[in-house]
Amino acid sequence: MKRINARCSLQSLAIVLATIWMGIVPAVFASPAQKDQAPGRTMAQQATREKGIWNTTDHAKHEALKKTFLSGPEVTQACLSCHSEAAEQFHKTIHWTWLAHKDENGAQMGKAGLSLNNFCISANGNADKGCLSCHPGWGNKTEAVNCLVCHGKKQINWEEAFEDLNAFRMETDESSKELAAEIQSEIQTAVQLVGRPTRSNCGDCHFKGGGGDGVKHGDLDTSLTKPNKALDVHMGTDGQGFDCVRCHTTKLHNIAGRIYTAPAYTHRKSLIEDDLTPKITCESCHSSTPHKASSKANDHTDKVACQSCHIPTFARVNPTKMSWDWSKSGKLNEKGKPYKRKGPFGKHDYLTIKGEMKWEKNVKPEYFWFNGSIKSLTAADPIDPRETVALSYPLGDRTDKNARIFPFKVHRGIQPYDKINKTLLTPLLSGPKGYWTTLDWQEALALGSETLGLEFSGEFDFVETTYVFPTTHMVAPKENVVTCRECHIDQGSRVANLAGFYMPGRDDTGLVDTIGWLMFLGAMVGVGIHGLGRVFTQSNGNKGEK
Amino acid sequence: MGAKMKNIYLYTRYERFWHWLQMALILILLVTGFEIHNQFTFLGYETAVKVHNYVGITWLIAFAFFAFWIFTTGEWRQYIPTTVKMFSVIRYYTYGIFRGESHPFPKRKEAKHNPLQRLTYLSLAAFLLPVQMATGFLYWGYNSWQTWGLGSLTLKWIAFIHMAGAFSILTFLVVHVYMTTTGHSLLAHIKAMITGWESVEEGVAIEDWEKKADQRKYSTT
Repeated sequence: MKRINARCSLQSLAIVLATIWMGIVPAVFASPAQKDQAPGRTMAQQATREKGIWNTTDHAKHEALKKTFLSGPEVTQACLSCHSEAAEQFHKTIHWTWLAHKDENGAQMGKAGLSLNNFCISANGNADKGCLSCHPGWGNKTEAVNCLVCHGKKQINWEEAFEDLNAFRMETDESSKELAAEIQSEIQTAVQLVGRPTRSNCGDCHFKGGGGDGVKHGDLDTSLTKPNKALDVHMGTDGQGFDCVRCHTTKLHNIAGRIYTAPAYTHRKSLIEDDLTPKITCESCHSSTPHKASSKANDHTDKVACQSCHIPTFARVNPTKMSWDWSKSGKLNEKGKPYKRKGPFGKHDYLTIKGEMKWEKNVKPEYFWFNGSIKSLTAADPIDPRETVALSYPLGDRTDKNARIFPFKVHRGIQPYDKINKTLLTPLLSGPKGYWTTLDWQEALALGSETLGLEFSGEFDFVETTYVFPTTHMVAPKENVVTCRECHIDQGSRVANLAGFYMPGRDDTGLVDTIGWLMFLGAMVGVGIHGLGRVFTQSNGNKGEK
Repeated sequence: MGAKMKNIYLYTRYERFWHWLQMALILILLVTGFEIHNQFTFLGYETAVKVHNYVGITWLIAFAFFAFWIFTTGEWRQYIPTTVKMFSVIRYYTYGIFRGESHPFPKRKEAKHNPLQRLTYLSLAAFLLPVQMATGFLYWGYNSWQTWGLGSLTLKWIAFIHMAGAFSILTFLVVHVYMTTTGHSLLAHIKAMITGWESVEEGVAIEDWEKKADQRKYSTT
């Protein structure tokens, strides 16, 4: 009997010890970072753990890059002597052609096509040379690809450098020769310093689209060249330090990320489903239920995009342009000259050649249902000038399974349209006959339409327009996310505009609320009167104790 | 007046525990629920939602125990509705109480609820609270409606019913709390629900029809 007891207690001791042990072991060995962090974060950290980039070549040692370069295209030839297919690949990409697909009416989409916006409106089929400063060729020419726009780690003014070099080379004096050698060495250094595109490579155009820092996108400006973690948790140099190409993956020089006309991707995939997916969605690394298991936020991911909560405001460091009124352009100062006026944030809020504009910082996005595609109008599309014309708008609605509520910067414009043809107009801006020189709408509009082969009746007026930019960069640290109450509230909800569904905290239950409170008040008044009645009749219904 | 009082043990331990637990749960649910419904700010929206969910599920589980208790103990018979003497009870509360009359329906172990209470508590326990729990559970499971085959439900209607239920419970609460003061002293009923002992007038006979409610158990008294 005693022995059995002893055996029993030994057994139970073993069980207890084993239980404690099994509890302790995982606790000790689980890394502290993983213990109370959201699973989606852990997954993403695992996906991006390997930060070092393996390289098997040093371009400074390549003979092809040590020769004398007298022009840009010679540099291109040097690159192509090894990367034989690069130019051919690149010539087919939208970065080079500026042409996208044709829309359902057969109109050519793209910057160099019939696409337009409410900034500088149109590139006039590249007839507007001002736009070409962002085209990845040499200077404003479109012959050879300037590989270094994207791959050069050291940016120099190529046009100026080659011009000076060729000028000094012709001279015979020593100092000119020395200068020529110096410039040549500078060119060679820049040519040899190449690699994967960095943030400043992409940013040179994408941070400054629309003619200046932060003009177009609210979530892309030069503050992202060296951001801190507070501005962007992924790109922050004190955080993950991602370059653009960390998420915008590339296939034969085609860079994933485009979302208008024909999106670069249509499916949200995790790396587990497909490890070669264009890694540009949050879900790819973070999964579709990234928050802790009990978190209500996980229940939102089917309808609300990550960006909606994790990008509380855009343009958090540099201001972004929010509106542009072309109809106010053309005013001259007292001397009869074009002028510029500085407004808030040190940005011009009026320019004779451009009109009136508004800049804002820390802007709350506007929210719309979005299935990943944006519909854009072209200069060939008919418009209704009595209403605000949406030049571009997100596709999808709440019944669309792929649509999520997504944050947007909406840029509002007032721009010229053809009163007779009821189409938007595409003025030629730069150059000797452009509006910026002549301030003559009539001529600029006629020339601009001509470049695109469009008709201009000669009668124009101005119409209000909107243009949308999905907001996906400037992801804030988790402590700064949009709180529940910023949407789930009756007054000033961020999603007050989204209708057709009941949202707790934002919507009331109408008559139920009214009747409900009346019932409550009725009961209060009722028991009040009843109670008073008992007091006055000295009865109280309290028998026995008085 | 002046009748001799005697103490009777009216509410068992579990019953009292259940009453106060349910009170606490309902109070928390009302406060957090109305906060979620945008009526005031107290805990903060996110916390209110969390608390409301946890407490709601807790209530659901606790209610299952109550249902088990009420059926295994036969206490469900206390909730069988009747119209007998209903009028005299209504007359008492609207008239007699002001005249110092005795309650036409003193509490007894075998019949702790007067006809008005029977009807109220039955509609509460068998209808209002279950509806509230069901709509609450559906509300909580909103994301799973498709999987549950309830894709045709709309949150708007669930919210409507849930809010209607909430207002009804709130209104009940006002009247219920007030009614506790109508015992032989202001706090007598509350005291009874805490200690289990209620003092009632001696010598009031229990009517036959009431006894019938549970003859198996009480026929010898």
